[in-house]
Amino acid sequence: MDVLQVTVLVLVAAGALLVVRTRDRFRLVLVLSVYGMLLAILFFVFQAPDVTLSELTVGAIALPLILLLTIAKVRKPE
Amino acid sequence: MTPRQRLWLFALGAAGLVACYLWAFAGLPGFGNYPGPYGPAIMSRVIAQTNATGAVSAINFEYRGFDTVGEEFILFTAAAGMSVVLRRLRGEREGQSSPAPEAASRERPATSSSVRVVSLLLVGPTAVIGWWLATHAQTNPSGGFQGGVILATAFFLVYLSGEFIVFRRLRPDAVLDVAEAVGAGGFAAVGVTALALSLPYLYNYLPLGTIPGAVSSSGTIALISFLVGIEVAAAFVLIIGELLDQTLLRRGVHGEGSS
Repeated sequence: MDVLQVTVLVLVAAGALLVVRTRDRFRLVLVLSVYGMLLAILFFVFQAPDVTLSELTVGAIALPLILLLTIAKVRKPE
Repeated sequence: MTPRQRLWLFALGAAGLVACYLWAFAGLPGFGNYPGPYGPAIMSRVIAQTNATGAVSAINFEYRGFDTVGEEFILFTAAAGMSVVLRRLRGEREGQSSPAPEAASRERPATSSSVRVVSLLLVGPTAVIGWWLATHAQTNPSGGFQGGVILATAFFLVYLSGEFIVFRRLRPDAVLDVAEAVGAGGFAAVGVTALALSLPYLYNYLPLGTIPGAVSSSGTIALISFLVGIEVAAAFVLIIGELLDQTLLRRGVHGEGSS
């Protein structure tokens, strides 16, 4: 395991904590998107480029987009 | 049960979990050591058998193609279910005279010029990358699924740039429904065609080409990846589009009359 892999693993662990600790729903979606990006980098560093592409598209694009739209729909008008 | 007893119960459970966890970790293979026979077996045969240099695509669309058909139809069913549920809701909302007046009165910030310019600039490159990924599964570690999602992203960039009317015209539901069905059904049909030729289901019956890693090589792998790309792109535009319509209806913006 080299330095880059350890660094990315630590970053992913920190990112997961951040996702759990975020309370505001809108902010959570943005944090989740960044976390998906981190996971994609993790997969890339561990030599799985195909999983990287899948994680990038689903974790960083599709899931946050769907969540964002759902929140916009169910949000109470202020 | 007193809080003290509860704490003891938790400590007991946590200790058990930690012990089992450490035990399981001790039995893991060393870092970077893949002990299974499947990977090396595939790697030594994949290029000779399929002429595809994208080994992962060869596994997804050939060696375990039957699994992938199932996964494909999971997404297909999800998109279909979403359309069934949300389109009915949309019709109900439209019957009302004033949809969500309190939401309609809310101020909506105009799209800033920088967002518009950047998203419009990104539409072309995104579409090209998506298309390239969906059609080059046989040569590199891409595939129809990733390509399809990125292709769908190109459509959302059009929306993000504030061109809502263009976005509505770009995604006529009838065309998307057909594209999704053709993509999903085409995958299954490739398999059934093999049966008609009295070969096993999803057998690679197309010419494999002569050059390993060429775009025209790998027979059905390239074809299936392309079909998956169409299906996934259509499914994602449908799903997000339905959700967008819901959100916009709440805001009181009707896009229905224009299309």
